[in-house]
Formats: sequence, structure tokens, C-alpha cells
Amino acid sequence: MCLGIPGQIIEISDAENLCGIVNVAGVKREINLHCVVDAEHPVATCLGVWVLIHVGFAMSRIDEAEAVRTLQLLTELGEMQQEFEAMQRSEK
Amino acid sequence: MSVDAKPLPQEGVRRRHGQLRDTRITLSHGGGGKAMRDLIDDVFVGGFDNALLASLDDQARIPLAELAAGGDRLAFTTDSYVVDPLFFPGADIGALAVNGTVNDLAVGGARPLFLSCSVILEEGLEVATLRRVVRSMKAAAAVAGVAVVTGDTKVVPRGSADKLFINTAGIGVIRAGLELDPGAVRAGDVILVNGLLGDHGAAVLNARGDLALESDIASDCQALSGLIDTLLEACPTVRCLRDATRGGVATVLNEFALACGLCLHIDEHALPIREEVKGLCEILGLDPLYLANEGKLVAVVPADGAETALAAMRSHPAGREAVRIGTVHATPQATVVMGTLFGGERIVDMLVGEQLPRIC
Amino acid sequence: MKYVDEFRDPDKARALLQAIEGLVADIEICRRRPLQIMEVCGGHTHSIFRYGLEALLPEAIEFVHGPGCPVCVLPMGRVDDSLVLAEHPGVIFTTFGDAMRVPGSKKSLLQAKAEGADVRMVYSPLDALGIAKANPGKEVVFFALGFETTMPSTAMTVLQAERERVANFSVFCNHITIIPTIKAILDSPELTLDGFLGPGHVSMVIGTAPYRFICRHYRKPLVVAGFEPLDILQSIWMLLRQLVEGRCEVENQYRRVVADAGNDPALRAVQEVFELREFFEWRGLGSIDHSGVRIRDAYAAFDAERRFSVPNLEIADPNSCQCGEVLKGMIKPRQCKVFGRACTPETPLGALMVSSEGACAAYYNYAGVQLGKVGGQRSEPARGRARDRS
Repeated sequence: MCLGIPGQIIEISDAENLCGIVNVAGVKREINLHCVVDAEHPVATCLGVWVLIHVGFAMSRIDEAEAVRTLQLLTELGEMQQEFEAMQRSEK
Repeated sequence: MSVDAKPLPQEGVRRRHGQLRDTRITLSHGGGGKAMRDLIDDVFVGGFDNALLASLDDQARIPLAELAAGGDRLAFTTDSYVVDPLFFPGADIGALAVNGTVNDLAVGGARPLFLSCSVILEEGLEVATLRRVVRSMKAAAAVAGVAVVTGDTKVVPRGSADKLFINTAGIGVIRAGLELDPGAVRAGDVILVNGLLGDHGAAVLNARGDLALESDIASDCQALSGLIDTLLEACPTVRCLRDATRGGVATVLNEFALACGLCLHIDEHALPIREEVKGLCEILGLDPLYLANEGKLVAVVPADGAETALAAMRSHPAGREAVRIGTVHATPQATVVMGTLFGGERIVDMLVGEQLPRIC
Repeated sequence: MKYVDEFRDPDKARALLQAIEGLVADIEICRRRPLQIMEVCGGHTHSIFRYGLEALLPEAIEFVHGPGCPVCVLPMGRVDDSLVLAEHPGVIFTTFGDAMRVPGSKKSLLQAKAEGADVRMVYSPLDALGIAKANPGKEVVFFALGFETTMPSTAMTVLQAERERVANFSVFCNHITIIPTIKAILDSPELTLDGFLGPGHVSMVIGTAPYRFICRHYRKPLVVAGFEPLDILQSIWMLLRQLVEGRCEVENQYRRVVADAGNDPALRAVQEVFELREFFEWRGLGSIDHSGVRIRDAYAAFDAERRFSVPNLEIADPNSCQCGEVLKGMIKPRQCKVFGRACTPETPLGALMVSSEGACAAYYNYAGVQLGKVGGQRSEPARGRARDRS
């Protein structure tokens, strides 16, 4: 359900109607930015922002810090696993 | 009248130089009269510019001895080309009509020699469009080393066809003793492709415009006959070859798996796919393995010939990005399995129908 | 691709898988039977098969493929209604590609197109609106499908059509809501689910609060999950940790995309244009209260159901189908009587064979070596399809 993919807003094509161009791995398309624009985030701040795209609409701003945190956690988990294994090996 | 009795006209010499002044095709261009003669003379004979065609007989006559010198069997194939739009980044319907048929001959181990060109034109087609297509066919034929030696033209009323359809049949001669057969594939064999996958399908989808996507993806349309020459020269033990057109690499692999009853096991890591094509596929929910190619082949070679075959392919311009994508296993039988990027495995089956863009 | 490739990194998966195996050993239930985790969303089903995740996970973990494929669960009667609209003279019928092959009682949209109906595939409802503007002499109907993820785009397109006074555009609304459906599944007495992977993209619209009742009233943990393979594995790991630690909460693995509060402009547009239906019919699950939306009276001009007369017939699912049981995790697709025999992707009988996201279609197309895993025991590698076809 609900194919959504990340893309970066590279141009505001129609500020009045909240439309912008996104780039997904070199493929470009005009999308609607309504869902990622509010009083705190005016349309002008959208440039360069990564969004999650679904059926021609930007549905969510992707939170870089959260993405980094998720990956960081996985890296740490990997290190913990390695230490754990090393411990087990030395016990044997 | 035999070929011997009538000396062939010199290259470039024409019986009569009809000129087409109309800007659009009308029904009279298919009526058999002077208008049709002008169209054929000016656009096709002029465009293809070869002696066999210029004689304007109802058939091209080819000396058997000339054919027999090149091998021991005749390869004969036909294909029809319908594409919307007619022109798209990287190629057009004309180049497609030549290379498609050339490749169908070449993957059977034949050296392609002669093509026919039969066109069905929709009333109202711009003559300039047709000229552009014929120019492109001529250029593609020159690269592939084939000649368009016979043809036919029909015009149908507006709405009865979409602008322009082309059928090309081709003949070529198969190298003596060469037997390419997917039934001969054995466990342990290696699976190769000659370059990036899915470019043609992605380029056409993009060029159609109704998805409003923009990218620099261009069709990979090219003749494979030169590459196959080089490959067979270096590695005569190649088991089989097939060009991965409609249905993509996945379909060819499934055809091979059915023919040999073995498991064609590919590695997702190894699949050469352009970033833009991946992006387009992610957006539209498509699988690049099923996207059409027009200049890509899948080769299965014995393991001990794999490195030689790969090096030979890479030495040819049509195979610069050739890579090994998998190996043949004994089980599961008659199945294509892909080792995923993620270390899992999944079946790659034939498609039910055309791949459609999806949102779910 | 940024935000995609990093989450497909097999090296990171290894650590997660080891951690998952460690947790499984500590879960009491796993000593008696496999854990049953429902991925609600068809997108997760697709990823699980695409990356072969079942084979990587311990046998003690079983996926129950949920109802979250809006194309699959569309009842035959609604497909027939769409065909009536598509074959209406003067109508250009626009749809996502997903719906093209879904069978009605007599044919699909693809077949109707072959018979002369003007059916066009679009990527976005805005493209359908564009077609309406470009063809003022025609009536353009958009076949609106999907859960809460897709609802805002339809709502915003309707609002734009009103703003621009596009008079020849309307929507055949089949949007459905996931929460009442999860509740219906949870109310089923035969159920043995141990936890849920929550639908990531629905959640980016509705937020995480609407799932709380699942923990409170049904005592099942839920982790809102992203769609890349690492997202899914991490979500399972989070779910198992809840089980080991005796917690039962709504957690959010997909923080980079899903805000706990959801998306306000999207929710406002949905609220403005749509209202809940008393009930909506689901293929495989039957009628579920408040599980669909319709267009409010204020936007009646854009409602194809009011603009054209649609027969609105109810057509029962074929008797032989066991989709309902598969959806509730009572049986695996391959245990269904008609799977791979009467019901195949070429000739789907049941909801779950209809779209590539349906559990049965995924089993049929992708299921491979790994799917020797049925009923908790690993058997000889076999294709997920019935071999009697060949």
C-alpha cells in the first residue's frame, strides 16, 4: 500500500499554487507541496528539502537527524553484537 | 529473368528519379499510381540508396553462392515495430526496426545480411517524419552492415493505424557448425549481460509524457551483430544468446530456465542498472528486470570460458559495461532465482501481462 | 539513492538479525509456537518478499500478511460500478495502474479499454484534473483508491478543482480507513496475533495516536515501520524487545518520515472533503463499519456517484475463496483450497491474488526457496506456486 519515495525539492515552480520540482535519482517531476508547507515552514524554505513523495504530492519532510539517529543506532547495535561475540569467544 | 542475365545497376544509379512534393501522406500515396511511385522513388529508394532495391522489382534476388560462402544455414526472421512516440531519446522507430531484426538474427549466431522494410502509413502522416525515419533506418543499416533490399508501402485511412508501423524481415547466414541452444546450458555455466539494463523501456515510458517525468535516460537501441562476432570469435563455446527486448532480462532468463530445466541464479548486486532507471522504477513501482532493452543480450557461457567471453565483450563498444550477473544451478528446476541485495532469495517469474505503474 | 540505499545495507542487517535471534530465545511464546506478527500494509508484504526477509528471520517468527492493499480489498461490486462509469459515453475514466487488471464480475478496466472505453492511467489525481482541463467537452472521472495515505491527494485535488471551477471533473471515491479494519481483525475470535507492524505511510498522515487502543484494549504491541528492509527488521527487533520486556506500546521506528502528530494540512484537507460512511464492503472481509469515506455534500458536484447513476450492486465473494482466513492469519496462502489452481495472478478469484501487493500474489510470484517454511517447519525448497500448472 502507498508507494512513497524520497526526493529532493530542487525548484519552486509555482509558489502561489505550492508546486515544486523534485529530483529522484535524476528523474524530475512537478509535485504539490501543500502538505509540507505551513506557517512555520513557508514555501520558500522548501528548496533543497528532502520529502516523501506519494502520487504527485510531497507528504512529509524527511527528518535528516532522525534518519542519522536510526542508522547510528543500527551501527551501535552491530558493534555491540561484535563485542558480545568476542566475549563469547574468549569465554570458550 | 535471372541475376546473371540482367547486370545490376551501379550503386546510386536510378531508373527514374521521382520526386515527392507533398508534405503529408494521402490515400493516393498507397493507390498504386504515380503518387505512390514518387513516394517510393524519392523516400525509400533515394533514402536506402542501394542497387538491389533500386531495381524496383517485386523481389530482391540474391545469389545463393554468395550466401553459402558465409555459413551452412540460413536464418530468417520478422518483427513488427509499433512504438509511441515515434522518436524518443536515443533512437526512433526506424533504428528500432533495423536493430531489432538484426539482433534477432545475430543472437542465433547468424551474420545479418539483408532486410525488408514494409511500412503501413496513416493518412495525414507528415512526409518529413517519414523521411526522418528512413534516414535513421539507413544509418542503422550502415552501422550493422546490412542492406534494405525490398519493401512495401500501404496507406490506411486516418484512425486506422497510429502514424506509422514498420515490419522488417531479415535474413542472415549462420556460421558453419555453430549451434546456439538454451537447451545446452549446464549447471555451473555463467550468465553474462553486455551492459546497463532497462534504458530503452524507461526512455520510452518517459518520452510518452503522460507521467510528466523528466530525465536524461536514452534508449540503448543498437545492433549487437558486431559484438556477437567478437564474442563468438573469442569464445566459440558460448551456449546461447538472446536479446532482452520486451519483458526484459527476467523474461529471457525464464525462457532459458524452461529450455534447460535448470535454475538460473542471478545476483541482485551484480545487475548493472543506471541510477535514473532505478529512480524511475522506484517512483512508478516497476521492476527494472522486466523493462525492455533494444541493445542488450543475455549470454550463457561455460565457466571456463567466462573470463575470455567477458573480456571480448568489453573490448567491443556495444559491450563496454558487460558483466557477469549469475550462474546456473541444478535446482530448483526450471526456475529463475535472485539472491537479493539483502542476502535473501526470491523467485523471478514471468510477468502475467505488461508491467503497469502502481501507487500501492 | 539517499534515504533508500542506506536502509538496504546488508551489513547492518546482520547485527539486527543476530539481535533478533537472541531475543527470540528469551520469548516464552516461541517455545510453544511461532510468533505471529501482522504487517498491516501491503507495502511491507511487498518488501518482505522482494528482499526475501522471511528466509533471513528465525523460523520462530511468522508474518501474517494483513489487509493493507486497497486494490485487493476492493469488492467486485465497486469494480463493476467503475466499469459502468468508464463505459459511460463521453467519459474519460482515469485510474492508477494498480486498478487496471482488478477483475469485476465480468471484466476488468483493461478489458473495458480494449472494448473501446476511454480509460487512462495516471500517476497522480492532479494529472486526472489536468486531463479534465484539457478536455472540456468530456467528463473526466478519477477512480480514487487507497488508505489515508492517498486520501489527502484526492481531497486536495477536489479542492483545487473547486478553486479553479473545473466543472467536468469528478471522483469515484473508494477510499478506505485502516483503523476500523484492524479493529475488526482484532475482534475475530480465532486470532492469535502477537503484534503489529504499523503502516508507515498511513501513519505519516494520521500520526501514531490512533493505534493506542490496540495496546490498551487488545494488549498487542505495535511498531510503526518504514518500508526498506532494515526498517522492517528494526521494527521486528523493537517489537520483540517489547515482548521480552513485557511492554505493550505504540512505538515509531519510521521517525524520519512519521511525526507522531501526523500531517496537519493533509488531515485538514481530508476532513474538509470527506466524511465517514456508515459501512464499507471489503473483498475477503465483508462489511466493516465506518471503514470508508465519501465526499461531503458541500462537494457533491465532484462526486461521480451522485453525478452519474452507478448501480451500486453488492456481489458476494466466490465461495471457494479463503481470503478472510488468510487475512486473519488462520491459514497461509498455500493452504487455501484454490491457491495456484483456480486462483492465480492471471485469473484471480480472491482479493489477495489481485494485486502484486496481495499476500497470495506475492507468494505466487516471489515465493521461493525460503517458503519451504509453512506451518513452522522448513521443507524441501519449492516454489511458492502449485506445480500442477506446468
